[in-house]
Amino acid sequence: MTLRPDLNLIAHLVPGSSRVLDLGCGDGTLLQHLIADHDCTGTGVEIDPEMVLGAIDSGVPVMELDLDADLALFDTGSFDTVVLSRTIQTLRHPELVLREMARIGRQLIVSVPNFGLLQHRLMLLRGRMPMSRELPYSWYDTPNLRFTTLVDLEDLFAKLGLAIEQRINLSLAGEPLAKSFRAANLRAGAAVYELRGV
Amino acid sequence: MPAPGSVGQVATLAARLFTAQSPLRLASGAVLGPVDVAYETYGTLSAGKDNAVFICHALTGDAHAAGFHEGAKRPGWWDNLIGPGKPLDTDRFFVISANLLGGCQGTTGPSSTNPDTGRAYGLDFPLLDMADFVTVHRALLAHLGIERLLAALGGSLGGMQVLEWGLRHPEQVTNAAIVAASSRLTAQNIAFSAVARRAIMDDPDFHDGRYAEVGVVPRLGLRTARMMAHITYLSEDAFSEKFGRTPHPERDKPGFGIDFAVESYLDHQGRVFLERFDALSYLYLSRVMDYFDPFSRPDALHGVAASPVKFLVLSFDTDWRFSTDHSRRIVKHLQNAAQPVTFREIPSSWGHDSFLLPVARYHDTLRGWFGRALREGLR
Repeated sequence: MTLRPDLNLIAHLVPGSSRVLDLGCGDGTLLQHLIADHDCTGTGVEIDPEMVLGAIDSGVPVMELDLDADLALFDTGSFDTVVLSRTIQTLRHPELVLREMARIGRQLIVSVPNFGLLQHRLMLLRGRMPMSRELPYSWYDTPNLRFTTLVDLEDLFAKLGLAIEQRINLSLAGEPLAKSFRAANLRAGAAVYELRGV
Repeated sequence: MPAPGSVGQVATLAARLFTAQSPLRLASGAVLGPVDVAYETYGTLSAGKDNAVFICHALTGDAHAAGFHEGAKRPGWWDNLIGPGKPLDTDRFFVISANLLGGCQGTTGPSSTNPDTGRAYGLDFPLLDMADFVTVHRALLAHLGIERLLAALGGSLGGMQVLEWGLRHPEQVTNAAIVAASSRLTAQNIAFSAVARRAIMDDPDFHDGRYAEVGVVPRLGLRTARMMAHITYLSEDAFSEKFGRTPHPERDKPGFGIDFAVESYLDHQGRVFLERFDALSYLYLSRVMDYFDPFSRPDALHGVAASPVKFLVLSFDTDWRFSTDHSRRIVKHLQNAAQPVTFREIPSSWGHDSFLLPVARYHDTLRGWFGRALREGLR
């Protein structure tokens, strides 16, 4: 099974045999891979009914819940790893959800599109809302409610006491960029963060 | 030839699973024998005996879940779910459906004959526990030569049996589907049951449960119990959609008779219920639900911790008898015991009764979940 590059990257951050909560799990692709190939257990959370059905078909335990409202259902410390993949920008209460993630799990993995990408800034300078491979939606028809740059997001992590273990920058094509890559806030299409509660 | 999608003509079978010499030992310590069980099966058990699905019925259900009895016009109560090509596809699954202990549709219950006295047990019948239903289901499986289930499935009281089964004997149940159920009734739930029981027991024809010997039935009480229960089975919107404030066609002038269509409906439901259900069974079975509280047992989750069960928990957004909060409570306990749980709240305008109806998203979910169960096979 070939995973999307960013999911493959996340899969390699998760230690084998972990208990994983995947928030915004879609059709369960990542969890299916983690369960089948990394000896993990876990549960997905998804709100889109068609995606939930897809996850059920692929044999992944999935809960049809609203991340903004329902995470209290999960006990403190009940998961090793909590993943939030390309979902934070769709939340009404991202701060609350990050707090809940830190309560539920030890290792947090958050991936996010970078609104601060140069290409996006240039579009704004020309007076247009940014659209790109990372932000493919028209402003009036998008699931995205929140737009953040990597720098702003890291401020929020700091405020919440979340330590950044590592940040992996991704190109607009979703490929990991070299460690020597600089000026990520300007040049990365997206990033994957590995965080730990302090 | 049966119609497409129907299992065709079926008959209810009977098995004596416990005898006076080898009685059923109940959770309370009381013993009961003989115990007969009425059941039906649909589809074919695979050579590897790895495709068996057990259906647990709700408060007033019976063994006849699918297909048609000889000469009958109406199929079994879950015929929209069970049959060739249906979500519980009898071309692939072997489905077992049994009338539960304490019932009145062929399985031993309080109106059965007490061998010690030669007359009906009446209120001498022992109080039952959810675990007792499961004990008898397991005895039926043994009788059929089936060691393990691919899945157990039930709605309402049926879902409560599935939960109990999964918790007590997780090694026997690879997959457990719990629909519109509860792990602990609320005071409001118990209150409704209390009024229903009071209506039955206060009926002058109840005769302390010895009505059969007098040759009567507490009709008024049983009918009232059923009418009230039916109100809780539908949502307010469902009543509005079905009946609105439509007057009953035979009303001539306003009075205290059946003036509105909804009154006629409830009256009809109450009357047909008398034909098929027993007042004592109503008392005994509803009481089991009141006391069911499996997660209050300190060791409730020890079994599944050692031997996880794949749980599916479903609720319906307009169900106010067992609202989604009941299902979430079950999910929370199972999830935090690291069980693989799938949970959905299904939108449906029909309230608690939705679990018996072919709601598309509901049936799609069951189809996907059972298909996956079959692919994965027994644990």
